[in-house]
Amino acid sequence: MNVTNAKDFAAAQQPPVKPRSTPVLGAHVAVKSLSHTYRKSDGRVLETVDFEIGHGEVVALLGRSGCGKSTLLHMLAGLTKPSEGEVVINGNPVREPSPKWVMMFQAPSLYPWMTVAQNAALGLRFGRRSNEIATRVPEVLSLVDLGSFADRNAQELSGGQQQRVALARSLAPSPEMLLLDEPFSALDAFTRRSLQQDVRKIAKDLGLTLVIVTHDVGEAVRMADRVLVLKSNPGRIAEDTKIDLSDDERNGGSDAFAAEHTRLMGLYSRVAEIAEMPD
Amino acid sequence: MTDVTQSPSPARVGLPRLPKSRSLLNAMLGLAILMGLWWLGGWAVADNPRLFAFSNFAPEPTLTRLWQMIQSGEVIEMSVPSLERVGLGLIYAVAIGVPVGILIGRAPRVNEISNVPFQFLRMISPLSWMPIAVLAFDTWDGAIVFLIIMAAVWPILFSTAAGVRRIDPAWLKVARNLGANPFHTLFVVILPAIAVDILTGIRLALGVAWVVLVPAEYLGVTSGLGYAINDARDTLDYARLAATVVVIGIIGFGLDAMAGQLIRKFNWVRSDGH
Ligand SMILES: Nc1ncnc2c1ncn2[C@@H]1O[C@H](COP(=O)(O)OP(=O)(O)OP(=O)(O)O)[C@@H](O)[C@H]1O
Ligand SMILES: [Mg+2]
Repeated sequence: MNVTNAKDFAAAQQPPVKPRSTPVLGAHVAVKSLSHTYRKSDGRVLETVDFEIGHGEVVALLGRSGCGKSTLLHMLAGLTKPSEGEVVINGNPVREPSPKWVMMFQAPSLYPWMTVAQNAALGLRFGRRSNEIATRVPEVLSLVDLGSFADRNAQELSGGQQQRVALARSLAPSPEMLLLDEPFSALDAFTRRSLQQDVRKIAKDLGLTLVIVTHDVGEAVRMADRVLVLKSNPGRIAEDTKIDLSDDERNGGSDAFAAEHTRLMGLYSRVAEIAEMPD
Repeated sequence: MTDVTQSPSPARVGLPRLPKSRSLLNAMLGLAILMGLWWLGGWAVADNPRLFAFSNFAPEPTLTRLWQMIQSGEVIEMSVPSLERVGLGLIYAVAIGVPVGILIGRAPRVNEISNVPFQFLRMISPLSWMPIAVLAFDTWDGAIVFLIIMAAVWPILFSTAAGVRRIDPAWLKVARNLGANPFHTLFVVILPAIAVDILTGIRLALGVAWVVLVPAEYLGVTSGLGYAINDARDTLDYARLAATVVVIGIIGFGLDAMAGQLIRKFNWVRSDGH
């Protein structure tokens, strides 16, 4: 499916998402000379990566498979310790995971012995905020259009629905930043498109900082304010570019969208040293 | 329809599901065969002059006697102490087996260190601890419960460890990511994830514990099913002895069925899950 003339998607847009009750100030991130080696023999996965992310900014990390995107995201989340350098969020070095910055993975990994609502409530439960579950969980479930699925077993849902539950689970503790690791890659084009729009809208409405790992140029253009293009072996930031589009232009398949897509595709192809091809 | 060129419909290819009524019928058939063999054995014994003294093992005297024992409350009286001993032994076995099982399932190092000693101890018949148990415990009851623990702890421990090793690492990553502390990880993720493994271990443990119980109760005590068997033998009351054997079988069967029911209840795997 060609992304650049996706006018048909505009007609089939999801109903607008309700903004959440309490907007937050999105996290500010500073990545300082980050390097990482998993095993000595394998060489460096990341090498002196430096960048900043502003409050409430939506940033895409774009790069080929194996260039270290997931590794970088795990470090932002505090799930992996970098070999060198540090990640500073809101002025404090990241040492461990926190409900203030939540990661969404390639697989939804819901707990199959729980209902949808119980899965969505996990962050609140772990954060000793169980008193908020009764109001917050229905809120986030309707935010992802799964209000009527609350009492279903997690195994009874489709892959797309499960990923929506994972999104609700990430949003429930009201994080300041969401880190998405190709969370839509297993979904069909239409579901993916509507989730991309929804997630950007939710992030913007709430003021969340959003970091999306992707190797889909269309996804980056549709969702991000700014794109960091990574080269591989070792992973490094090769390009840092703004996507200057209005929300309508992002969703509507405008000429401006097409131009940005072509431009980013050019950058990506050059960095990734691949022949230019439509995604 | 006998059109062989037509591909079979999914319904026909699918595994035939045994209808409930049919499986019940087969269960009844199995029971009938067992009763038939019992009756045949009783008939052969009664016909043999050398074994005539044992003719009370036959179904009729046994079941008559069993009915009397049920009515007089004797069955309850002999079963309760046995059930208490097995229950207590199982509680201890779970209290030891589950934490140790989780530990060796989570820590490969501990597993490597403990594997040889545990496999060694596991292979020792629980009854061979009997002399040691008698010396080590003040009461006969204590010694019996110890023997039951020695029998029951291994299935629980190994089943728990195997369950922990099968936990999807992504479940733990999700928990960590959402700020779970070790207490949460244990009670919200690990234990529910392995509930069925623990219960399967308990079911196996229940089986061996029940088997070990009767010979263990030949020891000193003056209550319980094992004692009742010994006592009936000494008094040559073979109808009572056979009736007690039937009671042991029925209770064992019932306990196993209960454990099976619990496993079904806690089993979160949907057959049609992704
Ligand atoms: N736990 C690990 N141990 C050792 N090596 C690892 C580990 N995780 C990743 N790697 C290696 O680090 C490199 C970067 O992996 P990473 O998962 O970050 O890539 P990625 O950009 O997310 O790729 P993809 O787009 O395929 O998800 C790869 O070469 C990978 O083999
Ligand atoms: Mg990855």
